[in-house]
Amino acid sequence: MTAVAKKKLRVATVSLAGCFGCHMSILDIDERLIELLEHIEFDRSPLTDIKTCGPCDIGIVEGGLCNAENVHVLREFRQNCRILVAMGACAVGGGLPAQRNHLDIRDCLQTVYLTGMGVQRGFIPNDPELPLPLDKVHPLHDVVKIDYFLPGCPPSADAIWKFLTDLLAGRTPSLGHGLLHYD
Amino acid sequence: MSDKLPQPAGLPIFLLDGHEIPFQPGQTVMQAALEAGFYIPHLCFHEEFKPHGSCKVCTVKVNGRTVASCTTAAAADLDVESETSELRDLRKTLVQFLFTEGNHFCPSCEQSGNCKLQAVAYELDVLSAHFNPIFPDRPLDASHPDVLLDFNRCILCELCIRASSEVDGKDVFALAGRGITKHLIVNAESGRLADTKLAVNDKAMSVCPVGVIQRKRRGFAVPIGQRTYDQKPISEVTISRLQGHPIGHAEDQEGDGR
Repeated sequence: MTAVAKKKLRVATVSLAGCFGCHMSILDIDERLIELLEHIEFDRSPLTDIKTCGPCDIGIVEGGLCNAENVHVLREFRQNCRILVAMGACAVGGGLPAQRNHLDIRDCLQTVYLTGMGVQRGFIPNDPELPLPLDKVHPLHDVVKIDYFLPGCPPSADAIWKFLTDLLAGRTPSLGHGLLHYD
Repeated sequence: MSDKLPQPAGLPIFLLDGHEIPFQPGQTVMQAALEAGFYIPHLCFHEEFKPHGSCKVCTVKVNGRTVASCTTAAAADLDVESETSELRDLRKTLVQFLFTEGNHFCPSCEQSGNCKLQAVAYELDVLSAHFNPIFPDRPLDASHPDVLLDFNRCILCELCIRASSEVDGKDVFALAGRGITKHLIVNAESGRLADTKLAVNDKAMSVCPVGVIQRKRRGFAVPIGQRTYDQKPISEVTISRLQGHPIGHAEDQEGDGR
């Protein structure tokens, strides 16, 4: 067998209830991105601006679930991605947004948009285009099956690189001390 | 490891994963293993206190039965299994339960990098809490001028209770409730830490394996990424910290009622 171009793996990424910090950390793998692009091509991702996820080999999801649209997008990813990865502290455990979980959502919205310090002529946003918030913020595995977890806030570029190169080589990703961080 | 330590002559031995571990009569499997330079993951065990046996993270198999190594007396010819995939999986699940039951937001925790729960989870390659999180509501107690209590992180190891009672003689902490509602409380009529005699130099301030008991205004004096378990895994840190220290010898335990 010679010179048969290996089919590139198709990868989708998205940030749900996240801060895009994990996506910034993907970019932090720097010139290794060029090597990565010899093995993968992007489907839906902030990097391509494709709006819906098609059939993919790997889906990488940053952020947890704080509203109805997050759940919709996560299910779209699960339906289309052979391997689904929860990337970062929010996707893995809810993260910072989940720190509102002990508060009542109505009280939260009223404090932020009506009664909070410095709020003038406030109103609770109700545009039909805005997805409804969930009463609690959930990690991804609360709603769909997740195949791999990549913790970190964000996972370092080296951790992402190790994870992806393991996965692309067909190994179970293994971070080990120094790359495995929850913070 | 053990071959670097002087082998005390004439001591009985047991086997830990095939290694010969000498022990003093009265020592537990955990105490003898640590003294010989072998790490068994643990959270509620602390070498300065009587074994508690509640977290079960130190579970090993002794002659085929699962037991807590911190409360099992060492005996000649025990065959102890510790570093097997079966026991690692069991410990991992126990640690995942702890993450599931509390609110463990590592990125915003002052203790991150110095936290034994986190470090043991790293050691066991825990990548998620696996179970569906409970997100309990546990308000903070910031009433004390120098100390903050963040109950969200408590794993009920009772080390602060033991330290405050046995060393400080103040009985500042206690557990209340049963089952999933069991929780740490402050032993004052008001329930507030400010109304206790807790002081920053108390032993109870330094034994919390997680981030419940925080000295105020110190949280980020050392940046995240440069802390104890960022440098080395907890197995190495524990063994090098305890190297050369006798642990749980009978002569150290006079007067503690055993």
